[in-house]
Amino acid sequence: MAKLTFVGGIHPYEGKDLSKDKPILEMHPKGEMVYPVSQHIGAPAKPLVKKGDRVLVGQKIAESGGFVSAPVYSSVSGTVKAVEPRRVAVGDMVQSIVVDNDELYENVGFYPVAPVEKLTKTEILDIIREAGIVGMGGAGFPTHVKLSPKEPEKIDYVIANCSECEPYLTSDYRRMLEEPEKLIGGLKIILKLFDRAAGILAVEDNKPDCIRILKELTKNEKRIVVKSLKTKYPQGAERQLIYAVTGRQINSSMLPADVGCIVNNVDTMVAVYRAVMEGVPSMERIITVTGDCVARPRNYRVPTGTSYRQLVEEAGGFVKEPGKLICGGPMMGFALFDLDIPVTKTSTALLALSEDEVSLLAPGPCINCGRCAQVCPGRVVPSRLADAAEQSDEEAFLKYNGMECCECGCCSYICPAKRQLTQEIKSMRKLILAKKKK
Amino acid sequence: MSDLRKISSNPHIRSRSTISGIMAAVVIALMPATGFGIWHFGPRALMLIAISIASTVGTEFLYGLLMKKTTVGDLSAVVTGLLLALNLPVSVPWWIPVLGGVFAILVVKMLFGGLGQNFMNPALAARCFLLISFPALMTDFSYDGISGATPLAALKAGESVNVMDMILGHTAGTIGETSMVALAVGACFLLLCGVIDLKIPGSYIVTFLLFEAIFGGHGFDPAYLAAQLSGGGLMLGAFFMATDYVTRPITSGGQYLFGIFLGLMTGIFRIFGPGAEGVSYAIILGNLLVPLMEKVTWPKAFGKGGKRHEK
Repeated sequence: MAKLTFVGGIHPYEGKDLSKDKPILEMHPKGEMVYPVSQHIGAPAKPLVKKGDRVLVGQKIAESGGFVSAPVYSSVSGTVKAVEPRRVAVGDMVQSIVVDNDELYENVGFYPVAPVEKLTKTEILDIIREAGIVGMGGAGFPTHVKLSPKEPEKIDYVIANCSECEPYLTSDYRRMLEEPEKLIGGLKIILKLFDRAAGILAVEDNKPDCIRILKELTKNEKRIVVKSLKTKYPQGAERQLIYAVTGRQINSSMLPADVGCIVNNVDTMVAVYRAVMEGVPSMERIITVTGDCVARPRNYRVPTGTSYRQLVEEAGGFVKEPGKLICGGPMMGFALFDLDIPVTKTSTALLALSEDEVSLLAPGPCINCGRCAQVCPGRVVPSRLADAAEQSDEEAFLKYNGMECCECGCCSYICPAKRQLTQEIKSMRKLILAKKKK
Repeated sequence: MSDLRKISSNPHIRSRSTISGIMAAVVIALMPATGFGIWHFGPRALMLIAISIASTVGTEFLYGLLMKKTTVGDLSAVVTGLLLALNLPVSVPWWIPVLGGVFAILVVKMLFGGLGQNFMNPALAARCFLLISFPALMTDFSYDGISGATPLAALKAGESVNVMDMILGHTAGTIGETSMVALAVGACFLLLCGVIDLKIPGSYIVTFLLFEAIFGGHGFDPAYLAAQLSGGGLMLGAFFMATDYVTRPITSGGQYLFGIFLGLMTGIFRIFGPGAEGVSYAIILGNLLVPLMEKVTWPKAFGKGGKRHEK
């Protein structure tokens, strides 16, 4: 049988060996913890605490600001130091609750609402919503919204996105090796919401050990199958994943639910499991700290709110001066100019590279080689879109399907002229989306 | 703020491929044909190749001085110069490649905006310019003191040709076009490097052979078809010039269309035209239709009602 995959994509240096073989290490941060009220797509959460309040581990410190929103929980015990704007990974200043960690880790006490078999669908959704769970692959879309499609009975597949196609990242890999039962448990809980859906664990074939373990653990699960995908970036992009697994296609104006699919990332499913089975809200992430500048690259279990600076110290500091710091993977992560930013619900990695390839290579003229179009998973022609964007030609940009770009970065990666294709297209898309909102 | 770092938009890594790397691969791929040409036609061929490359690179360099922008580093002028020389008969006077090189770089390439902006293959446009301006010089294929007709001209005149000689390259012709074997070695190198694929050369050659078989008057005569295939710069054109990135369609459908068009035009020129050849004109004409071919074959975006994409 042909390997499950999509058309286009690239094979960059994986870099996963740096961190993949070391077990996840628990991290206990010190000092100041920062909790932005907007760690998700949608309305910001509303702070429930004020300066001087004492908070506990697992205490809700900001409540949901609407349906498309998510509450925020403290991951440490301590005193609220301030509620003020702080810098976050993307560079913006965001209203944040700053807690002085007393390192006692006194918690509020975690209890499941009820045994899982007694929960109704609405109760499960309420628990997920209350736990502040958002899409942890990076987008941060509130999970309860994703799990409430208009016609839940039309969902055929619940797909666990275990592809982890971003180079260097190994947090999902470690999670699958160390806590596979929680992933499967999370998937089973979500399957309860969709009566006729099958569960699919979709793993790239560069993780044969995960595939073996997951297959072994699900061999008696009638509703769950493990599918092996060809290793290729961006296999984990939602649209490409759905296509590879089911052969169904969606475009930028459709949702996975429109073709009967629900896709969730590994960490999101684990968070669902912990919320429903253990009563623990979303307040930790597994973070890959890696790159050739990091002394001890590995995965850490990190409470949200921890600063990236502490994360680097925990990993032994830098062995050489980093040329570039990236929050997330090298293909879709954000470049950081400062380490004093907090780990949030959507953080996945800190990558410290000694060389910034982007600033070393000057962009040249397009020679029309077509490599960008060959690798584009969205089947558009990035070089022409970038031309249109350069000339602010909105009409041509839309005609060439510019809005179908998923900003995966394959075109910029492959371009022999080193053009900033993704950047140009991204800026134009932002502009058009902003206009639409008006 | 001691640790301010470089910021840029994603992605933060780049592949190793570069424009100069691609151009260098093309030059390397042309080496077997170049070497054969020099061996077959003698040191004069080497001199013409050197003059031609010096002319194209020199023109681009001087133009760069004028515009305060150096672009010779991308090696594209070397490729143009080499291709131009390979498309010249060995008997032309030394000023022909000089003139051709200046025309290719200055008129066809730089005046339109430099690399990536020209709408015609510079080397071929220069060759056609020379063919029209100096037809006697450009079609004098005598070498070693033998006034040789090219095998295709002989074939058209009804004479018989030695197909084996044609495949190996022991015939009259331009410096780089005679040896099918040498060109095939280079083409394989480019295919293996992923610099080109078979879409254009494949559809070009298949269409051309079908057209020749139907309208050539010799039916499916293998010897005739093999002679048509190995003569007249078809291999050089199909693998090294029709595949020029800048002047071929970027869409894959457009590339098939382009190849088919070239096959038809080459066939028409060879069978019904006054001359025995037609590759250069076919490609130049094809170059002009690229925008149209792209327009009718523009790909459907993923999920936009296109049928299931299979590789």
